[in-house]
Amino acid sequence: MGKIEWAMWANEQALAAGLIYATGGIVGVAGQFRGWQFAAFGIAAGVFVCLLEYPRSKRAKGTSVERTGQYCFTVCVKAFGPLTRNYYFRAFLHAALCVPGGFMLATVLGSVCLAIASLIYLSAAIHGEHWEPILPRTEPPKRVGESIKEPPQNPPPRPPPELRRKKVDNLETAAYDNPMSVTINE
Amino acid sequence: MGNFAANEGLSIFVILVWLGINVFLFVHFYMAFLFDRYYYTRVILGHALSWARAPAACLNFNCMLILLPVCRNLLSFLRGSIQHCSRTAARQLDRNITFHKLVAYMIAFHTAIHIIAHLFNFERFMDSQLMINSSSLPYVLSQIGNNDNRSYLNPIRSNETNPTIVMFTSIAGLTGVVITLALILIITSSMEVIRRSYFEVFWFTHHLFIVFFIGLVLHGAGCIVRGQTIESEKVHNPIECHSQFETWGQNGTNCPEPVFAGNPPMTWKWVVGPMFLYVCERLVRFYRSQQKVVITKVVMHPSKTLELQMKKKGFKMEVGQYVFIQCPSISQLEWHPFTLTSAPEEDHLSVHIRIVGDWTQAIYTACGGDKTVVLDAWTLPKMAVDGPFGTASEDVFRYEVVMLVGAGIGVTPFASVLKSVWYKHVQENKNVFTKKIYFYWLCPETQAFEWFADLLQSLERQMTEKNMSDFLSYNIYLTRWKDAEAAHLRVQYEAEDDPITGLKQKTRYGKPNWDNEFSAIATQHPGSKVGVFLCGPTALATALGKQCHSHTECGAEFIFNKENF
Repeated sequence: MGKIEWAMWANEQALAAGLIYATGGIVGVAGQFRGWQFAAFGIAAGVFVCLLEYPRSKRAKGTSVERTGQYCFTVCVKAFGPLTRNYYFRAFLHAALCVPGGFMLATVLGSVCLAIASLIYLSAAIHGEHWEPILPRTEPPKRVGESIKEPPQNPPPRPPPELRRKKVDNLETAAYDNPMSVTINE
Repeated sequence: MGNFAANEGLSIFVILVWLGINVFLFVHFYMAFLFDRYYYTRVILGHALSWARAPAACLNFNCMLILLPVCRNLLSFLRGSIQHCSRTAARQLDRNITFHKLVAYMIAFHTAIHIIAHLFNFERFMDSQLMINSSSLPYVLSQIGNNDNRSYLNPIRSNETNPTIVMFTSIAGLTGVVITLALILIITSSMEVIRRSYFEVFWFTHHLFIVFFIGLVLHGAGCIVRGQTIESEKVHNPIECHSQFETWGQNGTNCPEPVFAGNPPMTWKWVVGPMFLYVCERLVRFYRSQQKVVITKVVMHPSKTLELQMKKKGFKMEVGQYVFIQCPSISQLEWHPFTLTSAPEEDHLSVHIRIVGDWTQAIYTACGGDKTVVLDAWTLPKMAVDGPFGTASEDVFRYEVVMLVGAGIGVTPFASVLKSVWYKHVQENKNVFTKKIYFYWLCPETQAFEWFADLLQSLERQMTEKNMSDFLSYNIYLTRWKDAEAAHLRVQYEAEDDPITGLKQKTRYGKPNWDNEFSAIATQHPGSKVGVFLCGPTALATALGKQCHSHTECGAEFIFNKENF
């Protein structure tokens, strides 16, 4: 199916699952349903998954498009090092988080969506993908040229002074044209 | 602001009508469940019943609509018929994918409301089974129908279960979960990131819509929404009898036990029509794809562009249309759209394919791109072509003055237009409505000029021969260049022919100043309708759209048309 990076789709699915999990949890808690404790867990798990999944990974091939304002999330997620970099870990984490949601109707949908996201992440991990932070490119500012900083040591090559002075009556033998007339330097 | 109404008026009207129908259905069905028939249902559920049924009605409406904008052949046929009456209405059909997305968002929104309301419904049904207390009306109501299992009100029949189990064991619940999952998978794989980069995932996952529609039709089969039967309402008036629930059906009361029944499924009535149309659409596509297509010529252009010239019996096209091409030897399931670069007056159809991904690379190899010997015609792969489908460029010859703007490979529909122009004027000398064409080509690299420059060169020659050099005014803009190239260009500044394209018209550097261009054209053609046609990136579309709306000097009206793939 082409060179699909499964993690890209897993990321979208997990983000959606997190939102649905959290929404189901809010409904369960607000309506004071039976088993609202599972709903409360659903809110916490959903929010956590959203925060984890918000920063998009850098793609292995092609240009990566950031989500708006994802830089601070990228920094937080990056701080966990191999835990967040590895997709096997993410797959198992999502699988674990989705289990309590299955015990209450309000969070079942979020739970199943998260389980599907976990499967797609597993597929991504098997294909050897991993999470890379998208960091702003710290390109060195365009150097105009080293030589600008230091004045030139030698004067530019010029013909000897006698020929440099433009003789008003003898324009053809002048070495070069001056934009302004030059008076003889005595 | 003057052109805004002309450009956007019909779209806004369509959207307002659509939103209006949604609001009407929502309110109407909300109120429909406030009647006495559902009095006892509401005793248990409260207003959550109405909050679930109202979005359900809107979902029926939107699921009916969602299949229609993607019936390409039907739309193409409609477009051809409407065009004779109204150009504006025909242009509206170009925005079909935008409408499809809007309806999809509405489906997602109503699904959310519907599910949340049903969560409350399930919880309240469960609650009323668990209040084991004969002096509670909800409990008494839930016990009705325990004998015959048909006249019941509460779909949860026992108190030893929980809502999750009930959901998975009822038709409505199970189909609901399945179709919601299908919907979520469809939506997440349709995000722009996935769609643009991994089209196959988007396309194959989108076919879950089949699961969605089957589940949708079956969703109401369990008749889980229950209200009092008409016969029961005649003998048992809920307003009078609800307070006497402890003595229903006993001797001496005039309130027999109420009898409940479920509503039959309604969704199939909404969606069967569009489903049938869509099946016809796929059959038409399949039939057209089975027609024999022969590759007559393959040309490799230096800018990683492959030109395929093909012949198909009975193929008719208009300028600027596109086709879907399939190569069974590469992939049975993939159809890719390409704009036709040949003119209707030619005897073959040609497409220029840029080699960017797997499929195009495979086509390149299959057509002998990496070999230097000439291949025999019978070794070339078999192709299938579906189309042609109409897009905005069809309308070019209906405007007196036309601005064509192409960015990079987006110039391809205009290749067809310009070739057709040449044929019409030079060979057949028909009386053409279009009097002047302004052509703008924005390109980031010089190599891409090559195949199109040939076309422009021959046009240029023909126009000068026929003394019509001012019919077509073209401007080519090179938007990126390397320093080394720039040095060469500076030196060649004085040459008569352009060093890049070899044309008499000089290539310009950088981006065009649209304000100046629009003003100049408006002053040159006062009071006329100018058609602006763009095939390029969204940023450029926004810029040109704004220019069209803001330039109304001398009474000229700019109508904006954008190709969308």
